[in-house]
Amino acid sequence: MAPDSRASILRFENVNVSFEGVDVLQDLTFEAVEGESRVILGAAGSGKTVLLKTALGLVRPDSGKVLVFGRDITSLREQQLFEIRSKIGMLFQESALFDSLTIEENVAYPLLNQKCIHCPKEQVHPRVVEALDFVELGGTLEKFPSELSGGMRRRAAIARAVVTVPPLVLYDSPTAGLDPITAHTIIALLIKERDISHTTTLLVTQRYQDGNLIANFRYNSNRGGLEPAGNGAGPGARTIFMVLREGRLVFEGDQDQLEASTDSYITKFVKQRV
Amino acid sequence: MVASEFGDPPILLDILKEPVLAVQEFFLLMGRAFRNFVRSPHYPDDIALQMDTIGVGSLQIIAITGFFSGAVMALQMYHALAIYGQVSKTGTLVSLTLVRELGPVLTALMVAGRNASGIASELGSMKVTEQIDAMRALGTDPVQKLVTPRLIATAFMLPLLVIIADFVGMFGGWVISHFVLTLPSKQYWSTVWRALDWSDVTQGLVKPLVFAVVISLIGCFYGLRTTGGTQGVGRATTQAVVMATVLVFILDLLITKIFVGQASS
Repeated sequence: MAPDSRASILRFENVNVSFEGVDVLQDLTFEAVEGESRVILGAAGSGKTVLLKTALGLVRPDSGKVLVFGRDITSLREQQLFEIRSKIGMLFQESALFDSLTIEENVAYPLLNQKCIHCPKEQVHPRVVEALDFVELGGTLEKFPSELSGGMRRRAAIARAVVTVPPLVLYDSPTAGLDPITAHTIIALLIKERDISHTTTLLVTQRYQDGNLIANFRYNSNRGGLEPAGNGAGPGARTIFMVLREGRLVFEGDQDQLEASTDSYITKFVKQRV
Repeated sequence: MVASEFGDPPILLDILKEPVLAVQEFFLLMGRAFRNFVRSPHYPDDIALQMDTIGVGSLQIIAITGFFSGAVMALQMYHALAIYGQVSKTGTLVSLTLVRELGPVLTALMVAGRNASGIASELGSMKVTEQIDAMRALGTDPVQKLVTPRLIATAFMLPLLVIIADFVGMFGGWVISHFVLTLPSKQYWSTVWRALDWSDVTQGLVKPLVFAVVISLIGCFYGLRTTGGTQGVGRATTQAVVMATVLVFILDLLITKIFVGQASS
């Protein structure tokens, strides 16, 4: 494969993470370039969430380097990490909306608290409304997270993750625990965000269907919906699949290579292309 | 290593490692919480909210505790002093025990039970639902946003609550002295007033200040290190209350020793 000329957004170099003597990530090396989508598959406990948290600097690796936008974050202090984190959107597994704040306050939170996001106060409300309209939750401004359904909470959390228009967005199991229709809606939103804002996307999931949609569909802004995009989801974008097993990267490649794999662990996640 | 050289299994070191690490983490949290006093951003709204929860919210229970501890002290002291024919000193003893010991300790125990548990469960729930991680991801230091406001609010409100508890306790003592023991009101209040000197008042205010730091930080500490879902939240809450209560007693003895040592030297 020819070396990619696009800018490196996220790079892991021989990263090792362990908790209380248990290795969670082992010698992990990969690089995500600008505009790329990466779908990370793996069984529960294979280190997918820890990978995303390490990319955000929430978890510090025992060894190895994590370069985000070309800057090694492993040696940065918490206060210095805030600048890097302001360029990364993160959707947490259980949404992690602040339950004492309304949806409006939740979505406004990064705009008001990220030091590097200089958003004038009068622009906060319009941007929050815009972000909530993007996820089709315009009427929920005054509601609290507990008043919303699981799928709506997930959408509100997506709005919070993308309200600052970050160039890199990390999604941790966005469809976990949702019914298939809601799960499809969530992935459609991810594709919409990726294709409108041209973000680099890391998607952690246990569902191959999610990765299949990400890889093969693109958002048509004229029609306002998804359409098949052929291999690579459109010009400039490509989707790479990664499979983690007990903290090790056991597969990295495109969808064709993934489906051609005969490894019994990998084939567990793969179903035939829709 | 050392244990192995002497032929002992290194199990003892492993057992000690965890509590020593916990103490180290507690002091690191304390350091970060105090450092945030001079580091922006500050969260005055959160401080005000916590003052309301910890201070105003505890007022009722503090008043009840103070009243009955003052009343029971009057009753007990009257009968003890009657042996020596010194019942006129009832107010003195009620005043001294309340201001030096019962006011600060009982108020701290009430606040520990009410607020150390509340803080630990709130922060613990936030931890297990990844809200603490989300806060860090969204550009906020959880210590600055959650711990420092609770520390400031408790350190400000607990001494005030103690002052209220002391006065309500003295009133409780008067109710018993006047209506049950039929001691003259003027005598009671003058002995209450004359019993106290500045070192008593200082002691009565230094104690709640120290207790406040411990109660709020223990609550935050156990809350922020919660693991293991809702069961973990319950465990963190219990540990916070038990540890805060035990530390209140230990620190009470230490502070009393310092003040008594100063007075006798």
